[in-house]
Amino acid sequence: MSLLVLEQVTVRFGGLVAVNDVSFHVGEGEVFALVGPNGAGKSTVFNLISRFYDPAHGDIRFREKSILGLRPDQVPALGIARTFQNIELFEQSTVLQNLLVGRHRHRRSSLVSELFFAPQVRSEERRHRQVVEEVIDFLELQAYRDKTIAGLAYGVRKVVELARALATEPRILLLDEPASGLSLEETQDMIFWIEDIKKQMGITVLMVEHDMNLVASVSDRVLALADGKELAIGSAQDVQSHPAVIEAYLGSGGRAGHDG
Amino acid sequence: MRFVFKRSYDADIGLFKHRPQALWYLGLLVLVVALPWLVDEFFVGEATNVLIWAIAGMGLMLLTGHTGQASLGHAAFMAVGCYTCVIMIANGVPFLLALPLAGVIAGLVGVIVALPVLRLHGIYLAIATLAISVLTEDFIVIAEPWTGGVVGLVAPPIVIFGLEIDRYGTPALFYFLTLAVTLVVLAGYRNLLRAPLGRAFTALRDSEISAQAMGVNIARTKATAFGLSCGATGLAGALLGFYAGAFNHETFNLVLSIQLLLMIVIGGLGSIHGAFFGALVIGFLPQFIALVRDGISGVFDLGSVTIPGIESGIFGLILVGFILFEPTGIYGRWVKLRTYFELYPFYRKDMFKRQKSFLKTERMR
Ligand SMILES: Nc1ncnc2c1ncn2[C@@H]1O[C@H](COP(=O)(O)OP(=O)(O)OP(=O)(O)O)[C@@H](O)[C@H]1O
Ligand SMILES: [Mg+2]
Repeated sequence: MSLLVLEQVTVRFGGLVAVNDVSFHVGEGEVFALVGPNGAGKSTVFNLISRFYDPAHGDIRFREKSILGLRPDQVPALGIARTFQNIELFEQSTVLQNLLVGRHRHRRSSLVSELFFAPQVRSEERRHRQVVEEVIDFLELQAYRDKTIAGLAYGVRKVVELARALATEPRILLLDEPASGLSLEETQDMIFWIEDIKKQMGITVLMVEHDMNLVASVSDRVLALADGKELAIGSAQDVQSHPAVIEAYLGSGGRAGHDG
Repeated sequence: MRFVFKRSYDADIGLFKHRPQALWYLGLLVLVVALPWLVDEFFVGEATNVLIWAIAGMGLMLLTGHTGQASLGHAAFMAVGCYTCVIMIANGVPFLLALPLAGVIAGLVGVIVALPVLRLHGIYLAIATLAISVLTEDFIVIAEPWTGGVVGLVAPPIVIFGLEIDRYGTPALFYFLTLAVTLVVLAGYRNLLRAPLGRAFTALRDSEISAQAMGVNIARTKATAFGLSCGATGLAGALLGFYAGAFNHETFNLVLSIQLLLMIVIGGLGSIHGAFFGALVIGFLPQFIALVRDGISGVFDLGSVTIPGIESGIFGLILVGFILFEPTGIYGRWVKLRTYFELYPFYRKDMFKRQKSFLKTERMR
């Protein structure tokens, strides 16, 4: 069954067509990668799914239902979580507090019960905390739990963002360049984590990534975009050796093949 | 140096980080409760004043320090709280009902006012709220039948179950009343900060985009922050009315709004402590300035010549000093001092430096 379906979606920014008639579907349990040169429209696709942008036409369906009528803050409730290409964390809060915000979609308490910190709020807090601690263990963030984001290194922030998305307990995880700016070892960790997220947690992953090594190791299917248009879809090898893809990377003078 | 060993999640969910800290605050509580027996009546009055500032400060801190929405119009909500409370009492509503109602009304007015300005950010929000402050002042003058116009109103005596409380007649009782309100607001504030809504507030402050991506409804959360903030500020306004005895539109002028904002900046944005530190500074500033003035007059032999505007001048100087040298306010300085002593001799100078480790190249919107 397809979890997420994009159907002939087009996005325009003034005269610029950032996404041009793109269709694809992501199956349940799959790791699906979007690749393409800079400015191809990959992040725009993410911002469409998380409802920050509206398509000029086309439809986006999650579990058979169109999500175009939703506001961005209603999207996480469906089980769609995301990270941002340029890291959007809550700078002045600790890692723990950042992850706890990820639990917001599970909030059941009301304003009044929170003002009194009613027993129900306490028991929910314990539950949130338990989930967050599992994520912290999984991503080995124990040492940073009480550290403020503003003082953390780039690589750690990337992991914290992944952690916050996982803390929402999503069905599908949208990762925008999870390995950009990471060292080789950190990238290796990221590969293991994505595999575990898929296999052990059963979470579907849609990701944007330039590092073809990472893409080839974890993804089931790859879609190549350039200038908002679909170029090729298939396994990582097929897409990498597709003439249109090679052409697009060479033409853009950009980041062909294996760079990071 | 202290290591805190946590044995359950409740250790983090609890109100205090560790037992010594709880004892500390208990000691402080005992001290403030015993205050009327320890100092003279004049000082009890001053302490009451500080507490009123602290309540308003907490209100504004929630909005500006924790939710990141600047307001230069909070005197308006103090006015709403003050006038509604006094008008209700004049119409026979008992004080114990009128005070919380005044807070609720101020909060609702806050929400209504917030709705149209929700989309504004930073300086634009500050200007919009500043306009609210100015408009309210004018409105008080125009709405003369209720507010007494430029003449103003006189606060009726407070009666709680037959017990009459008066700022001059029974300063200790008025102090306890103010203290009780302070503690209630403080408890609610503290509870909120360890609950999902409080985290949503700080999330909004730090990144609206990712708060939204985590499921935080921006408009509703901001409106809630405005409502709670204006509610607490309204309570402070009502108490201020009784404290001042008589009040008119000038009691709640723009200067008060600005003072409120400066108070929380000086105290330290983003912490409840900051509201109290700021209140102490604002509350005792007049005395301090009187001292400085006497000092200056002594040195320069100015006699009885008064220097116009010296109060605002010194105030401004202190503020500029803080923004330049200690942007995290008194609370920030206190945290650094504490860390220094806890870690002695291992404190590093750049311990609180922020790491600038990435560029924001791509921003949506
Ligand atoms: N909010 C916006 N307003 C105007 N143009 C935009 C906006 N967002 C994206 N674009 C444009 O749309 C195109 C696609 O951008 P997008 O961010 O999706 O690229 P990308 O594939 O993610 O590239 P990169 O690999 O550099 O992240 C670019 O030309 C970009 O300038
Ligand atoms: Mg991008």
